[in-house]
Amino acid sequence: MAGIYVHIPFCRKACHYCDFHFSTSLKTKDNVLNGIQLEALQRKESLADQEIKTIYLGGGTPSLLKSNELKDILNAIYVHYSVSPKPEITLEANPEDITDAVVKNWIKLGINRLSIGVQSFNEDILSWMNRSHNSTQAALSVKIAQDAGISNISIDLIYGVPHRTHADWMNELKSAVDLNTPHISAYCLTIEPETVFGKKAVKGEVLASPNSASSVEFITLVDNLKDAGIHFYEVSNFSKFGFESRHNSNYWNRADYIGLGPGAHSFIDGTRSWNVSNNALYATGLKKGTLISQSETLSNIDNYNEYIMTNLRRREGINPKLITAHYGVTLSQSFKDILTRYEASKDLLIAENSIKLTQNGFLLADRIASDLFLTHD
Amino acid sequence: MQDVIFLWRASDRLTVSLLRMKNIRNFCIIAHIDHGKSTLADRLLQTTGTISDRDLQEQTLDDMDIERERGITIKSHAIQMPYKFEGEDYILNLIDTPGHVDFSYEVSRSIAACEGALLIVDATQGIEAQTISNLYLALEHDLEIIPVLNKMDLASADPEGVTDQIVDLIGGSPDDIIPASGKTGMGVEAILKAVIDRVPAPKGDPKAPLQAMIFDSVFNSFRGIIAYVRVLNGTINKRDIIQFVNTKADYIADEIGILGLEMQPKKQLSAGDVGYIISGIKIAKEVKVGDTVTLKDNPCEDVVQGFEDVKPMVFAGIYPVDTDEYEELRFSLEKLQLNDASLVYEPESSMALGFGFRCGFLGMLHMEIIQERLEREFNMTVITTVPNVSYKAYMKKGEMIELHNPSDMPDLSRIDYLEEPYISAQIITKSEYVGSIMSLAIEKRGEIKNQVYLTADRVELSFDMPLGEIVFDFYDKLKSVSRGYASFDYQRTGFRVSKLVKLDILLNGDPVDALSALIHSDNAHNLGKRICKKLKELIPRQQFMIALQAAIGAKIISRETISAVRKDVTAKCYGGDISRKRKLLEKQKKGKKRMRQVGNVEVPQAAFLAVLKLDN
Ligand SMILES: Nc1nc2c(ncn2[C@@H]2O[C@H](COP(=O)(O)OP(=O)(O)O)[C@@H](O)[C@H]2O)c(=O)[nH]1
Ligand code: SF4
Ligand SMILES: [Mg+2]
Repeated sequence: MAGIYVHIPFCRKACHYCDFHFSTSLKTKDNVLNGIQLEALQRKESLADQEIKTIYLGGGTPSLLKSNELKDILNAIYVHYSVSPKPEITLEANPEDITDAVVKNWIKLGINRLSIGVQSFNEDILSWMNRSHNSTQAALSVKIAQDAGISNISIDLIYGVPHRTHADWMNELKSAVDLNTPHISAYCLTIEPETVFGKKAVKGEVLASPNSASSVEFITLVDNLKDAGIHFYEVSNFSKFGFESRHNSNYWNRADYIGLGPGAHSFIDGTRSWNVSNNALYATGLKKGTLISQSETLSNIDNYNEYIMTNLRRREGINPKLITAHYGVTLSQSFKDILTRYEASKDLLIAENSIKLTQNGFLLADRIASDLFLTHD
Repeated sequence: MQDVIFLWRASDRLTVSLLRMKNIRNFCIIAHIDHGKSTLADRLLQTTGTISDRDLQEQTLDDMDIERERGITIKSHAIQMPYKFEGEDYILNLIDTPGHVDFSYEVSRSIAACEGALLIVDATQGIEAQTISNLYLALEHDLEIIPVLNKMDLASADPEGVTDQIVDLIGGSPDDIIPASGKTGMGVEAILKAVIDRVPAPKGDPKAPLQAMIFDSVFNSFRGIIAYVRVLNGTINKRDIIQFVNTKADYIADEIGILGLEMQPKKQLSAGDVGYIISGIKIAKEVKVGDTVTLKDNPCEDVVQGFEDVKPMVFAGIYPVDTDEYEELRFSLEKLQLNDASLVYEPESSMALGFGFRCGFLGMLHMEIIQERLEREFNMTVITTVPNVSYKAYMKKGEMIELHNPSDMPDLSRIDYLEEPYISAQIITKSEYVGSIMSLAIEKRGEIKNQVYLTADRVELSFDMPLGEIVFDFYDKLKSVSRGYASFDYQRTGFRVSKLVKLDILLNGDPVDALSALIHSDNAHNLGKRICKKLKELIPRQQFMIALQAAIGAKIISRETISAVRKDVTAKCYGGDISRKRKLLEKQKKGKKRMRQVGNVEVPQAAFLAVLKLDN
């Protein structure tokens, strides 16, 4: 069981919060797309015996590619890898790209899941974030996609937006729930240094929302979605039962995946590698037959830390028995002390085979994971 | 040259020694930090050919990494420079002196080993407090002072002004002051000539019973302790049985020799010589700076005056951050003590920090150096607690207890009165800062004793103040109120009765012993408030609320709360985010490893020294 991620590093304009790898210039587009196909060929051995069950076209903004461009990429994958008969194929799409005709073309290509970058239904917030779509497009695009025949849709929401009132957040949630998608991803706005917001933050022009406000939003989010039958299954992910993202779950299950395209990460056999985050370098490299990338092989401790970090964030939590079995790590007294401490503060629920965060504990997922980490020394 | 004398008949030996004495010059350098002592010393080494230009590693005399980085000499060193002058061979022994008040006893011993001193003054800066007190020490020992105006190459040099200061201080003629530059080499020959012409040759009787003084010692992992000595009278031969008078221990002088760039073994040292003795001693404590060395069979009548058993002035707890490293810490301290006899320690335990050591230091710089050496040379991560000076508690029953630790404080009902150590302090500064320095001194319970204008805009302030006040952020404050234009020096003057209280800090209602401090009751409220404020800054928010209180006995005098974190960033975490996020969280974990769990609160190392870093 393995997955393939494809990174399409192009966007119409830069959203003010975004520090993904992308370019707003399309100059290198053809070369990069060629490169991706070459990379798919070059790396086919690395997943030779594995069935590809999920394909995820992410970015950037893959929905700005033409159907035939998407087709070429998917073809390359189908030709060089053994894709399972019923794969999950997700496309990240921005609302402004979605029309009935386009969605129908996507369906023809085999795309059966959309992750739509709604982010907000509020006009002011959308323009503050420098998104390319407006509030009408936000809701309408989802309906168009549904009417065109894709029901397996996830929408992205951003919480922790400074100065948003509680009432406004409730409205956002209502708009989201009303669209009746089986999956919602919700991210807390983080101010990253290399973004417009990051630069403004240094000058004091943008302030992150106070943690207290975003934690209230998070709790409202969890509760409201639950009422709508959309259940929390990972810190940033909510779905109706059976609609969890298979591709993303793969990451957390530490299954193998390759990432094609500039800046994409891969994880195969305990080795993680990442392609150069530069469109021109990536493309010219592959043209000459070299994939420019770096890699690291994870130690037991690294694996353990990643397991803790990704699985503490999930509904199922971590399984202490598995830790020893898989990573050869014996749980120390200090690990137990930390558990006891967070159990006492009602952030953790501890059972024999699982250690789970409580709803409040999810707000501290990073901190608790870090506390449970092991260090090399 | 020295080896040759053994080919001569015994009766000639004496003549040779006397002849040699005539051509020996023993001198030290007195200078304020950064006035150019090391640079000029390197120039002397170069010009005398003691060291080739190629070998000249910058600032040869500063051996320890920390010394080079901080640009100060912590330990003193000595070096012999052969020099041919007007057809005669001379031996110039340069004895370097430590440059910080924490080590003033060592300075006094280096001075006692010399007949002359170069007084190096930065011509752009003028005389500083430390220079003056060391100069007085040198004058007390009748040293010939050769003033040198350094950094004359700089346009901002003020030779006239600084010359006036020097003449005011030591008298003499302005013509005796040598203009120089360690940078260009200007004046270096003149300095060497002055050393030969003006510094008296050592006096002493090579025939008398051996009387030598230890002015420094270093630890060598192969050879043990190497004692640096100045022979005042008599002669010592290799394999003589020697005696250290104050420690009353006998040793065999396995190896003796002189201190070139490297040690050069000799068969004999005699009156006037500066050299070293190796006698298989493994523990630095046995070799006390200032002690007299004599021959067991033919001991000298008088010991060298001025010996003191140096006592630590500042005490603090040192604890391993990782409780498992207690034994390793003990081992490291043992090792450190091998080459630093002034470090003392004994095991202690703290409710908050577990097992560690109460350590005694010569002063605040010494404390920092030890902490730094533990971290660098022994790779230990340690917590140092709030330092304190030693107090005396006179009990109603009549006995006296020395307090080295706030937790030693007996129950108040049993105490008759308490005493704290006082110092006499000198500060030299620019006149514009006099007002703010006086306010600082008063805030620190100082009493102004004197104010002297050295020149139109340089002032020397003298005051008495409690030693305990300088361990609380005094240096930092002095630096900031004077923008760095103040130099400070002090001498201990004795004990005075004082109203001391023990200030406790409570975390979530529990007192943290390692955060307690003994302070003057007048300062208690103010300090309690500021410590709570500072701790609030230093202790990271945790998933529950933390109450911080300062208390004297049962009385809470200040309170702060650190609100709980109820949300940490929990950004998305997909394929490309995983390793980046893991690394970020690993870094956080590492940061936390440097914290100490006190009760259920994680307290960073820095918090234990919060009292020292209080701002206004
Ligand atoms: N321009 C100039 N700089 C000097 C001179 N002597 C020393 N320095 C500089 O002053 C600083 C302090 O010198 P150093 O010898 O370390 O001083 P020490 O602390 O007294 O040993 C260094 O940056 C030297 O390079 C000099 O004669 N002229
Ligand atoms: S958020 Fe999406 S659309 Fe906006 S810049 Fe980032 S990758 Fe592009
Ligand atoms: Mg120096």
